[in-house]
Amino acid sequence: MRDVELKMKERAAALLKSGEVARVIGWKKGEFYFDPSPASFETEEELSEFVYNGFCGANLSKYLIAASKKPGKTAVFLKPCDTYSFNQLVKEHRVARENILVIGVECQGKLDIEKIRRKGVTGVTEVEEEKDGVEVTSLYGTDKFPREEILLEKCLCCKGKKFMVADETIVLHEMPETKNDRFAGVEKLEKMTAEERFAFWQKELSKCIRCNACRNVCPACSCVKCVFDNPASGIAAKANDTSFEEQMFHIIRAFHVAGRCTDCGECSRVCPQHIPLHLLNRKFIKDMDTLYGEFQAGETADGKTPLTEYTEGDAEPKDAFKAEGQNA
Amino acid sequence: MQRIGVFICWCGSNIAATVDVERVAEVIRREPGVVFSANYQYMCSENGQQLVKNAIREYNLTAVVIGSCSPRMHEATFRKAAEEAGLNPYMVEIANIREHCSWIHKDREEATEKALVLVRTAIAKVNLDAPLQVGESPVTKRALVIGGGIAGIQAALDIAEAGFEVDIVEKNPTIGGRMAQLDKTFPTLDCSACILTPKMVDCAQNEKIDILSYSEVEEVKGFVGNFTVKIRKKARYVDETKCTGCKVCMEKCPSRKGLNEFNMGLNNRTAIYIPFAQAIPNVAVIDPEQCIKLKTGKCGICQKFCGVGAIDYTMKDEFVERKYGAIVVATGFRPMKPDKFNEYGYADNKDVITSLELERLMNAAGPTDGVLLRPSDGKHPKVITFIQCVGSRDTSGCGKPYCSKICCMYTAKHAMLIREKYPDTEVHVFYIDVRTPGKNYDEFYRRAVEQYGVDYIKGMVGKVYNENGKLMVQGSNLIDNEQVVIPSDLVVLATAIEPEPSVRKVATLLTASIDTNNFLTESHAKLRPVESPTAGVYLAGVCQGPKDIPETVSQASACAAKVIGLLVKDKLKTNPCIAHPDESMCNGCSQCANVCAYGAITYVDKEFRLGGGKTEVRRVASVNPAVCQGCGACTVTCPSGAMDLSGFSSGQIMSEVEAICKM
Repeated sequence: MRDVELKMKERAAALLKSGEVARVIGWKKGEFYFDPSPASFETEEELSEFVYNGFCGANLSKYLIAASKKPGKTAVFLKPCDTYSFNQLVKEHRVARENILVIGVECQGKLDIEKIRRKGVTGVTEVEEEKDGVEVTSLYGTDKFPREEILLEKCLCCKGKKFMVADETIVLHEMPETKNDRFAGVEKLEKMTAEERFAFWQKELSKCIRCNACRNVCPACSCVKCVFDNPASGIAAKANDTSFEEQMFHIIRAFHVAGRCTDCGECSRVCPQHIPLHLLNRKFIKDMDTLYGEFQAGETADGKTPLTEYTEGDAEPKDAFKAEGQNA
Repeated sequence: MQRIGVFICWCGSNIAATVDVERVAEVIRREPGVVFSANYQYMCSENGQQLVKNAIREYNLTAVVIGSCSPRMHEATFRKAAEEAGLNPYMVEIANIREHCSWIHKDREEATEKALVLVRTAIAKVNLDAPLQVGESPVTKRALVIGGGIAGIQAALDIAEAGFEVDIVEKNPTIGGRMAQLDKTFPTLDCSACILTPKMVDCAQNEKIDILSYSEVEEVKGFVGNFTVKIRKKARYVDETKCTGCKVCMEKCPSRKGLNEFNMGLNNRTAIYIPFAQAIPNVAVIDPEQCIKLKTGKCGICQKFCGVGAIDYTMKDEFVERKYGAIVVATGFRPMKPDKFNEYGYADNKDVITSLELERLMNAAGPTDGVLLRPSDGKHPKVITFIQCVGSRDTSGCGKPYCSKICCMYTAKHAMLIREKYPDTEVHVFYIDVRTPGKNYDEFYRRAVEQYGVDYIKGMVGKVYNENGKLMVQGSNLIDNEQVVIPSDLVVLATAIEPEPSVRKVATLLTASIDTNNFLTESHAKLRPVESPTAGVYLAGVCQGPKDIPETVSQASACAAKVIGLLVKDKLKTNPCIAHPDESMCNGCSQCANVCAYGAITYVDKEFRLGGGKTEVRRVASVNPAVCQGCGACTVTCPSGAMDLSGFSSGQIMSEVEAICKM
């Protein structure tokens, strides 16, 4: 991965030097090796802090909403799955495509520090991707783990290593794909009785502290003014007034991003309470696939989504009930 | 705070018998904002309206709530009354305490409670009402008729008669529809073609009427007075302007195995064909599924023999876009395929036929030149048994729940014609009920029984099976309470009629509502029977419900009257309950434009102040008030809640919900 990071840095430096772009959006060194954070680099000097490693799971697409409004062009490093979000933002006119240089960057699947910690490894200082697993070096020694055991939840169901959009790419190694059934978790919930399912979500959502991290990171949550921040909307209450309130936030959010959510998994990744929010979105995606045919938001930057298009072949309400195993 | 007047209607006993109207008026008087309340026997009457007007003036009301029937009945009435008393008509709200309350409840106490909640809900809404002003939109003085059967033909002729231009879009190569396939018509027994074809010719010759045959509606945009319709003219492979209808191509065409749709598949036709002798336009068409040249590239015989060079194998579908003020739907019907009724053996026995097939067998232009010969061996059938209600009035789920309405009459006609022409033929009719209301209809049926000796058997048929070349019809005779088996040579099934399936697509394109049987829904079953709830769309013929030719023609003329009434206007009043974006919250994401069925939303780049002297240019939605129909699709799609609907704002709806939840 070092060689990739080096190449990215070189390219970023060249772009800034030539003035071709005014800024580069990438990842910046954190306090530790395993907490790099998204950052905007405007000078070659600033690039000394640039990093790219197994912990760069953050999806940088959303930062382009602000960046594309600034003067000059912006270069951005996008992993294959991040390109879906980018397309979706272009489609919704949130990002001006002509102001962005998309550099596709290789990804072996990003790692979950929590999972590594749970394996008893702390003080991680470096990880090295290898063919047969991931070598994790820490202050206390070196361990090797099968990739699947320490991947981020979102990387367990990789969308594939194809860039949906890229002006150029930096790919130096083969990119392994970990492809588990992304609807397995949803199917488990569907098999529950309504009461069991309610209890499941009650338990999960009651952990919510309304920190808004899921919303703030979500590339589909790009409203100029979110309904939850707008007192006139009548649903802006910040505190968990009632048990209904906390569910309302997440369910309304899932409705708002339905048909636009690319399943990037950032919501679950950033949740400090570890609520499996991606399950709500995946339920919508699964239902839409069943009722309207398979659809992946962000595959293209144009066209309509199943929920905003009306065709005569559209499912009737009774089909929806049938898909749920109910009678209309 | 509004000064609200509440008026509770008894609707005679319709509401008052179930709801304690006096109590509702009494309790509601104590609601905040209510300065006047009253109850009256018929609020919609002259006196009732006067009561409303007087109260508006006397109490300086700023808003009015009427507790009465559905707003679909009398909202317009009360808005007008309010306007006459000087109040903005959009400051009137209706609480539906009839359809939503008294008609569906029995318990007086509960119904009264619910009526109170409904009125409080309307008060919650009216509190947030704002005066709205109606706008104007122009009218395109041209009508579209979808379907060129007798309904479409009549409507088009009547509209053209008034001086307006009309286009008929017909998906088949010729106009004429089902009526062209009929032999004789009840109750007068005149020849169907003889009365239909002159009307077809009138259509073709009328300079106000443009027939787009072999064409289908692809896309509809706009709204009443201003529809833009995209029409697909399917490739005919024959130049309509050159073809003279000489039929040499049909004589020479080597591909002769196509099923003749006009004769219900009872004989074959060539790949290039004119559906029938009196077709309008009298122009050939090539069936691309069957044409050897189009399928393999070899042949080209018709092109060689065509004297005027009309054949063009490279022809492609063409699209035309036209503007209309009104649209008449006259898509008609088809006989239901009796496939699901195995007991009648339709699939297994050639001599079990449908009534429309019999119609072709008896027609002089049909496959047997009008001589009644049965399909299996071409012999004269000596015993013919008719089975009524095949798929009609069916609750098993295989057929249709409704009565097809025309079968009793046409079967009496068939029976009579057969007995007249072939007196040695025995004719039996199995029926559940004989339903023949209508002028000269019952007399017609009595004639079949009394003068022509047709054997009517009350009872249903259990099964039809083949035994030694005879079709054994086994059924019950309910009058004599016995089982009967009638060995027959020909069995005729009076199959249910169902709306032409393509009506679903048409309904979708027009956003016209359709019922579970695929019949288009009229605006009001009794008082607006030819209008679709979608403004500017009118319904003629069987697409709206089963009916015979006289009824269809009357309905078509009624449609024409409605269309003419619309097209003579230069301007229409527009609904002020339309969408408007809050630009400070709009993301410009295009979701609202994607769902807008009317194409009312466009985007503009606008500069916004950000504070600190900074500005930002953002893409925001803009609604064209003349095009928006106030359907509200955009308001529920908008993720940031930037889009709202005047007269039905999100805030109003939430306040209504709150009022209901407070009960």
